[in-house]
Amino acid sequence: MPRLSAANRHRVGFTLNGKPVVVEAEPRLLATDALRHGLGATGTHVGCEHGACGACTVLIDGAPARACLTLAVQLEGREVTTIEGLAPAQDRLSVLQAAFRRHHALQCGFCTAGILISLEAFLREQPEPSEHALREVVGGHLCRCTGYTPIIAAGREAAALLRQASQSTAAEPLDV
Amino acid sequence: MKPAPFDYLRAGSLDEALAALAEHGSEARIIAGGQSLLPMLNMRLAKPALLVDIMGVAGLGEVRREGGMIVVPGGVRQAALLQRPGLASEQPLLAAALPWLGHYQTRARGTVCGSAAHADPSAEIPLCLVALDGEIRLRSRRKRRVLKAADFFSGMMVTQRADDELIEAVAFPAARPGTGYAFEEVARRHGDFAIVGCAAMVEAAQIHLAVAGVADKPERRSWPRLDGSALDDALNAFAWELDAREDLHASARLRRDLVRTLGRRTIEEAGRCLA
Repeated sequence: MPRLSAANRHRVGFTLNGKPVVVEAEPRLLATDALRHGLGATGTHVGCEHGACGACTVLIDGAPARACLTLAVQLEGREVTTIEGLAPAQDRLSVLQAAFRRHHALQCGFCTAGILISLEAFLREQPEPSEHALREVVGGHLCRCTGYTPIIAAGREAAALLRQASQSTAAEPLDV
Repeated sequence: MKPAPFDYLRAGSLDEALAALAEHGSEARIIAGGQSLLPMLNMRLAKPALLVDIMGVAGLGEVRREGGMIVVPGGVRQAALLQRPGLASEQPLLAAALPWLGHYQTRARGTVCGSAAHADPSAEIPLCLVALDGEIRLRSRRKRRVLKAADFFSGMMVTQRADDELIEAVAFPAARPGTGYAFEEVARRHGDFAIVGCAAMVEAAQIHLAVAGVADKPERRSWPRLDGSALDDALNAFAWELDAREDLHASARLRRDLVRTLGRRTIEEAGRCLA
């Protein structure tokens, strides 16, 4: 493949929350800045910019990733999910988001997008997580408001609701 | 906190990556998962002229067995090794140590070989390689060579890798019968850099202990099956030999103390696994 020069912007095409997008990126552009400034997807927050805080966590091909430790050019051809892609419809929260709301698992909300993304990936991988495992996953994020306890409670409740929904034979969507 | 400008090459083959390294030498850096390199780029501690991305290179993504060795090529992510079926019996030290490596989110992206290349003195992968007497398989356009882990790591983020070489794979010896393995770590927060990490391997007649986070690279010592105060004395001598670092997180004295106490606990746990 041709070498992408530092001095120019290059077309990077990928799927963002199910829709094809193209962004113009210098090789050094971080995925966080491509999402926020290039595509206006400002739900992904930028905290520390060196991978410590977890606020910018997104899914790349279904696996969690720090967007600040990812180059925009590395997104070429990938499927990216951000916080904007979690809710099933306008004015409806996902099961996990609704559990966060019920448990007051956010206050200022700065870290919330990243935590929701991580838990979304983890609950898909591990539908019956232990509290210890949930704590380890949330341990990859910094939250300075909640003290984490309500986040863990929301994660546990969401896991239980998602299990019920997948076991339920009823065709109705889970109403939370 | 934005990287300085660089060119970017998504290598389609190993030959293409090696040619780029041969041409650009120290000006080029390999990027795989990027979980160690991107922070260095963002903080401008590294300013390469060219990044060579090897994640598109075929054949680097699968862990394989070669006799008694678990061979992990350059494209294997840390999470993939941790999720390898049967890892806890194939090599219990890796199964115990990998959950301590960064966070769930960084393991999903960071590679095993990338962690070896980065050579952070407190990192778990270099520690396990040194503890198990594993190998680093280097390749350049000129040649292939294999180094023992203890010879590869030469200092704080310094290795014997030449500018035109990349790590094609690392190889961990699989568990041997009659050998116990254990891992312990102390960090400020799970997933943070280790203040001290200990990896022990206990055989019928020998004890091996490797320690990370104390000296400028992981170090291993071997003793006969000491116990009681003889083991304390050996660990105390080891702790002093390591010329412990001092930083914001821990004094040199605390690090030496952890070599004595955490080291002993790790050896005892490995001994129980053997029993």
